[in-house]
Amino acid sequence: MHDLAPLTALAGTTPVQDSIGPVTITEAPDWALASVAARLGQEKACSTALASVLGADIPGVAAHTQGPAMSAFWTGPHIWIVEAPYDSHEDLAAMLSAKLGECASVTEQSDAWVRFDVTGDGIERLFERLCNLDLAKLGQGAARRSVIEHLGCYVIRGTEGIHVYGPRSSAQSLHHALTSAARAVF
Amino acid sequence: MSRLPTGGQIDRTRKISFRFDGQYYKGHPGDTLASALLANGVRLMGRSFKYHRPRGVLTAGSEEPNALVELRTGGRQEPNTRATTVELFDGLQAHSQNAWPSLKFDALAINDRLSNFLTAGFYYKTFMWPAAFWEKLYEPIIRRAAGLGSITTKPDPDLYDKGFLHCDLLVIGAGPAGLAAALTAGRAGARVIVADEDFRMGGRLNAETFTLGAQSGADWTAQVVAELASLPNVRLLSRTTIFGAFDHGVYGAVERVSDHLLTPAPDKPRQILWRIYSKRALLCAGALERPIAFANNDRPGIMTASALRAYVNRWAASPAETVAVFTNNDDGHRTASDLLAAGVKVAAVIDTREDAPALQGAEVLAGAQVTDTAGRLGLKSVTVRLANGKSRKLDVGALGVAGGWNPNVALTCHQRGRPVWNNAIAAFVPGAELPQGMAVAGAAQGHFSTHAALHGGADSARRILADIGISAAAPDLPQAEDAPVNITPFWHVGGTKRAWLDFQNDVTVKDVKLAHQENFRSVEHLKRYTTLGMATDQGKTSNMGGLAVMAELTGKSIEATGTTIFRPPYTPVSMGALAGRSTGRDFKPTRLTPSHKWATEQGAVFVEVGMWLRAQWFPRAGEKTWRESVDREVLATRASVGVCDVTTLGKIDVQGRDAAAFLNRIYCNGFAKLAVGRVRYGLMLREDGIAMDDGTAARLAEDHFVVTTTTANAVPVYRHMEFARQCLWPDMDVQLISTTEAWAQFAVAGPNARKLLQKIVDPEFDISNDAFPFMACGEITVCGGLRARLFRISFSGELAYEIAVPTRYGDALIRRLMQAGEEFDVTPYGTEALGVMRIEKGHAAGNELNGQTTARDLGMGRMVSDKKDSIGAVLSRREGLNQPDGLRLVGFKPKNPKARVLAGAHLLEIGADMTAANDLGYVTSACYSPCLKSFIAIGFLKAGDERMGDVLRAASPLTGDDTEVEIVSAHFIDPEGERLRA
Amino acid sequence: MIINHPLLGPCDAQEFTYKGDARLIDRPDGMADGADAAFYNYAYLRDNPAGQHRELWFHEQGDRSWLVVTRNTVTHEITQVELARDVARKSGRSA
Repeated sequence: MHDLAPLTALAGTTPVQDSIGPVTITEAPDWALASVAARLGQEKACSTALASVLGADIPGVAAHTQGPAMSAFWTGPHIWIVEAPYDSHEDLAAMLSAKLGECASVTEQSDAWVRFDVTGDGIERLFERLCNLDLAKLGQGAARRSVIEHLGCYVIRGTEGIHVYGPRSSAQSLHHALTSAARAVF
Repeated sequence: MSRLPTGGQIDRTRKISFRFDGQYYKGHPGDTLASALLANGVRLMGRSFKYHRPRGVLTAGSEEPNALVELRTGGRQEPNTRATTVELFDGLQAHSQNAWPSLKFDALAINDRLSNFLTAGFYYKTFMWPAAFWEKLYEPIIRRAAGLGSITTKPDPDLYDKGFLHCDLLVIGAGPAGLAAALTAGRAGARVIVADEDFRMGGRLNAETFTLGAQSGADWTAQVVAELASLPNVRLLSRTTIFGAFDHGVYGAVERVSDHLLTPAPDKPRQILWRIYSKRALLCAGALERPIAFANNDRPGIMTASALRAYVNRWAASPAETVAVFTNNDDGHRTASDLLAAGVKVAAVIDTREDAPALQGAEVLAGAQVTDTAGRLGLKSVTVRLANGKSRKLDVGALGVAGGWNPNVALTCHQRGRPVWNNAIAAFVPGAELPQGMAVAGAAQGHFSTHAALHGGADSARRILADIGISAAAPDLPQAEDAPVNITPFWHVGGTKRAWLDFQNDVTVKDVKLAHQENFRSVEHLKRYTTLGMATDQGKTSNMGGLAVMAELTGKSIEATGTTIFRPPYTPVSMGALAGRSTGRDFKPTRLTPSHKWATEQGAVFVEVGMWLRAQWFPRAGEKTWRESVDREVLATRASVGVCDVTTLGKIDVQGRDAAAFLNRIYCNGFAKLAVGRVRYGLMLREDGIAMDDGTAARLAEDHFVVTTTTANAVPVYRHMEFARQCLWPDMDVQLISTTEAWAQFAVAGPNARKLLQKIVDPEFDISNDAFPFMACGEITVCGGLRARLFRISFSGELAYEIAVPTRYGDALIRRLMQAGEEFDVTPYGTEALGVMRIEKGHAAGNELNGQTTARDLGMGRMVSDKKDSIGAVLSRREGLNQPDGLRLVGFKPKNPKARVLAGAHLLEIGADMTAANDLGYVTSACYSPCLKSFIAIGFLKAGDERMGDVLRAASPLTGDDTEVEIVSAHFIDPEGERLRA
Repeated sequence: MIINHPLLGPCDAQEFTYKGDARLIDRPDGMADGADAAFYNYAYLRDNPAGQHRELWFHEQGDRSWLVVTRNTVTHEITQVELARDVARKSGRSA
């Protein structure tokens, strides 16, 4: 086991959490991520294999699905990002690569993103200040890419709120956008 | 006169204190600044743009051209605010503008006496010559003299926000038509947004005395608004102006969240800029009353009849004890009767129509016209020419002018829709071509009665919703007045004195006549020549009159004369709202490198590189200039080992069976045969043969590459590769994803680089020169098992590696490298030292890959393979890019090592004049080389490869630099590449 | 403008990056005879119609699909939106 200590995207040793009015914005560093792209001509095989790894249907266009240990969301035609707890799946990309074999291209994405979990009443009112997605139509299980404060982000409607993935290097800017918008609304 | 004893939608139980031009006044909640001033007997509110004429309010709404004030003070000072729309708040401070030393005595009112010289086209004619005088002399003087308010130079302390809304139906305007539409759609369950610029919804219902069923207009409004507010599918946005109708149902809106407060609540925005996505929109923006032009029709106290009536009905404020009305239609009579009912004396109704109806309680002067007015700072009397030709003077303090109503068509024009003339109501109505998804109802459509507005709104809503699959029931609408339009168009009273058309830009009937005389007769020419309608109000009250006068002069009908159109914004939008949250440091997002925290602790100086903040150099105690730090970093790296964060380079993961074949087409040089575990430098061309970007591609597996791009081009290169993948070769098996952010990457360079890395790379990985030679790459582990990637590549020209670990460990890795490197005096270096070393080595970077240079220019012509098809290869071979005297990348050394050479300097023969014809090339990158103890540079020189040893001038007319330089190889350091292979 | 993405439905044009004429898909073969002239036409000769135009748009802030958008450059009316990859295949492009 190596002896290097990780930092969160906001450069802390513990995740940052802000409670503003009814909403809570929490930095969520504990997720391993890997992109899975189907190889040409292997789209069906990849979907089947990925579904079996997930233990759930693969997500359709702009959707997110939850399996027993892992979840995944659609990011483009025949490409998904798989999520799993970091502690148990730090080697997620290698594991997926081994299981999916020749039918998919897998790329580690764990540290490409910063994730914020946003929960609480009235988050629709918060997100209408942040991105152009129609939250009323973004039901649970929806996953859309959108622009928040000039940053390309994934906005995922989970069971307990909204998960935002933004570019990790801009974590501070994204955090500023989320919190300042929340203070403006609530 | 002042506040009427009863009536008005103001809260008389509370008093609000405010100041205008330093004077304290009192008003009530519900007042606007204009209504409160009128209630305090203040009619004079500003000076006009050009002639500095005393002016008061012309209207009671956002179309106001006259009563522009500077609102608030300090950083919040806001010029050109319409007093008619400013909601009164406690502590409000306003100042008149364009007047000096005071509003009542304005020195530049002399312009009014010079009006004969200041007619249309005056500036164009007078200030033509000499041309050089324009910028330095004429324009500053004119700007000072002719003007509106002044802006503050202090930063705006308030926050602004932006947001996005979605709806089935956007209702623009909450008058009777808008409210009926919203009620219809809201009850049907449609997602509705109702936006109204006023702080009180209801539109004209707030300003009229007629009833809806048994209720007053205000009561009916309150009831409907309450129901709408209770519906979860309806969003009411008062104080919100829809300022633009954009493509495909997108509307721009500004919500003035805190403008009615002294200061916004903490963290709350002053305004919100909304981008509204609508399936359909219904424009219910009502109509605007137009004035009639007559001599001296701009005195304070002269206003539209509907404004006069609004001030009395809605705000219980009468500008004078005795008033008169000048009208060409029945609606003017309504003003007179409302004022009479409120206890205001009406001296007469001057009706241009011979057959004017009678009116109870006031004399009607049928077939009469107002020929002149008097009163320097406020109206004292009007002179009327009676039907029998005799003249009569009426002593009045206010005159309501009713020239007819113009449907408020502004938003229908934003996609170049042209209004059409409707003779029955003598006005332009929306044309057939409306912005996509827009319909128009009520007075905006030319249906002026309340009955027509209510039913038009409801019917339109039902029709629109049916269109998008929502069925709505007709609501029960109250009985309301249904008076027909009775108008005999009348535009201006003849005479020789000035009669104003455009109050804000001081355009008179005379100016239109002059434009006609000088053949500027089309409406578009008329507009530009006279500036009619070009002020901040876009001529809402003036365009119609101007083109009617032109129609008269040309003998054409108004229909044939046509009209100009409106463009966004409907009313001015503050820059703050457009900027939103993105101001100051947050103007754009910042990208931080994985070592940012550590670098900050080291006291690094940072530089913006695109959105990235990178360490530029790491100053040490005692170093006085940046050069000392940079020179030290370069020398230390070349002597032992240095470390630099290079995470910012773009990294693209390329996988698939055809990955190698794909890169073979993307890069001009070959990649098909690159062995696994090896890296190759690659040059990408644009299809026109010009160099686009360069970087490396590392082959991690048969079907897996990691491609790097320059920091600046990471996004465009990815886009380009996706274009090639999806559009050019859709059946190649290749998958792309950016991994720039995922890996923290550090360059470790210098003779001791390997020794340092051997201390952290896990022992099972052999990185000796034999096992891991120059241009090797591999997946390894470090520090006891952390997955990492190692690339033996060198930008500095030294023995060098780039090592990458997952970003979250980047901070720990840089600290470990520093710790492990202590025995080698490891030195962190920043982008300046990086730049110096790459210039010393003669590596091209962004300055050389500048969008104008080819592989051949860069000295890499032979890299472009003709054995394969790659992007840009064919056109890179064309004649024009392959001239013998073409540019070549070379190095420059000043004859005097202490003489600086500047990037951007141009190259000339010694003794040649500094002219474009003598230009031989230019310097692209320059620095001081601490290794060579001399300034050095690289750049492009015509036939440069044949001029080694020649001496030229590197001169910059911009800076005055003029240095003799010797042409040398661009590779100043280790040209044989022995160090990087060591 | 709103572009009706074939997969994602209506999307704001702000999410896209514009490239230009969809004929850029028809890249000539660089190894074929007459490639010089073909590439000259390809790189430089394009129509710029006032009216209906087939254009390439990249959903950069979305799903990274290249789209062929048929748009009236005068009215901005969009009559057809296709995945560029499908268009390329239909026009005979492969690997």
